[in-house]
Amino acid sequence: MKYAWVWRVGLLAALVVLLEVLCATGGIDRLTMQPPHRMAVDLWRIITSGSLNAAILRTLTNAAIAFVSAMLFGVVFAVLLHRARFLRETLDPLFATYYAIPVFAFYPLMIVVFGLNDLPEIFIAFMLAVVSVVVTTLAGLDRVPRVLLKTALVSRLGPVETARRIVLPFVAPFLLTAARLAIAYALIGVIGAEFIMSSNGMGYEISFAYNNFDNATMYPLILLVILTSVLVNALLSYWERILLTQRGLS
Amino acid sequence: MTATPMRTLQSVTLLVLGLLAFWQLLYWGVGDVAFRSPVATVRFTATLLGNETFWPHARETGRAFAMALLLSVLIGLPMGVLLGSNRMVGAVFEPILVASYAIPKITLYPIMLLMFGLGMSAKVAFGVIHGVIPIALFTVSAVRHIRPVLLKTGRVMGFGPLEMARSILFPAAMPEIFAGLRIGFSLTLIGTILGEMFASQRGIGFLLMNAIGLHNVDLIMGLTFLLSVSAGIASFALLLVDRHMKARAA
Repeated sequence: MKYAWVWRVGLLAALVVLLEVLCATGGIDRLTMQPPHRMAVDLWRIITSGSLNAAILRTLTNAAIAFVSAMLFGVVFAVLLHRARFLRETLDPLFATYYAIPVFAFYPLMIVVFGLNDLPEIFIAFMLAVVSVVVTTLAGLDRVPRVLLKTALVSRLGPVETARRIVLPFVAPFLLTAARLAIAYALIGVIGAEFIMSSNGMGYEISFAYNNFDNATMYPLILLVILTSVLVNALLSYWERILLTQRGLS
Repeated sequence: MTATPMRTLQSVTLLVLGLLAFWQLLYWGVGDVAFRSPVATVRFTATLLGNETFWPHARETGRAFAMALLLSVLIGLPMGVLLGSNRMVGAVFEPILVASYAIPKITLYPIMLLMFGLGMSAKVAFGVIHGVIPIALFTVSAVRHIRPVLLKTGRVMGFGPLEMARSILFPAAMPEIFAGLRIGFSLTLIGTILGEMFASQRGIGFLLMNAIGLHNVDLIMGLTFLLSVSAGIASFALLLVDRHMKARAA
């Protein structure tokens, strides 16, 4: 499958060209969608003019804060939960049904509790991201082979050494998967919260542009969100593949 | 995980009691400004369910969700089977699918609105873009993990593609496909609700968004409670079926 990526790039390029042609011939009217090259040009204009950089930076910073705290809290919680078998069995049904719950409904509550600043949206993003981290980390911890742990016992490794030399390297690919999910959820949380109620950020700017039929701002911003998430995701999965190849698992 | 029915019942009871206690404590901490106690919420939900004006919205959401789920399955399953059984197609398209899983789809709502207009089709489309990808991805992996000997048996018996899918592919891959359906169910539901929040004039999501705008705490709490409980019960039931299937396959 050496040429799979060539096909992939070719297909995506064909899709862009198709959109371009449809927009040019009027198959898609201007009010619905801008031709792709316009989006790229507008995106470049927005970034270089710096008019929306504060909003972009704010959204990305908030998502990053939510992501990092979800990773830290989630991994620590998963490690503790892995030992507390009873508590884990009790929480399992909650984890399994968690993502069917509309977390955004709690946003107004957060605003009352924290005030109308960055904290409510960070907290929403954290709530969305953290459970995927806990679940993925637990799945990784469950799969650490018994024999490795026994080897650690035989070699008289202490708990810290066991964690550093055996558990962590084994769980690393799972942590990367967790990170990918957490980044996606953190972005969803922050941007969704900004859609609902906020006076700043990319989500706010997108919905503001939408309400004003300002496609020249809306499409480039949406494109930027998509590009950012796809790029980060691709980097992390590349790293994950390297780890798995080193272990001869890919 | 060897969870006997007795054990599961016990942990669910504990979980529900724990969540109720947590909720009550939170209520004492936050106060009446943006929160209601469990008792008040249940009471309000009961009056809401007795209210004539509520049911058209509930039916609307139910119809949108059913349609979105049906479409997600009808698109996701064949896509997954195709990508899983044909190596070249899989190698080309699977990374695209994985990447689009990570896109914060909430940013796409303005595009959905522009394409489909305000109303039923926009929220169904929003539900489908959330639900179809996990269903397809789980199906891909399920089809890939079918033991080759089963496929060879089918070929020896001279099965055509349809017969192959009906009597070998689906039965063998069902446990894993069902796990995908379970996740697709949750995501389709949340997608439909989100679609209603941003892109609709009817439905439970619309009521919720309205309540958020008017800061009607009773309604926010009641609707969130209702959504969480029904999603929780449905998704837990699916989880039980899921476990049952895995246990039988193992």
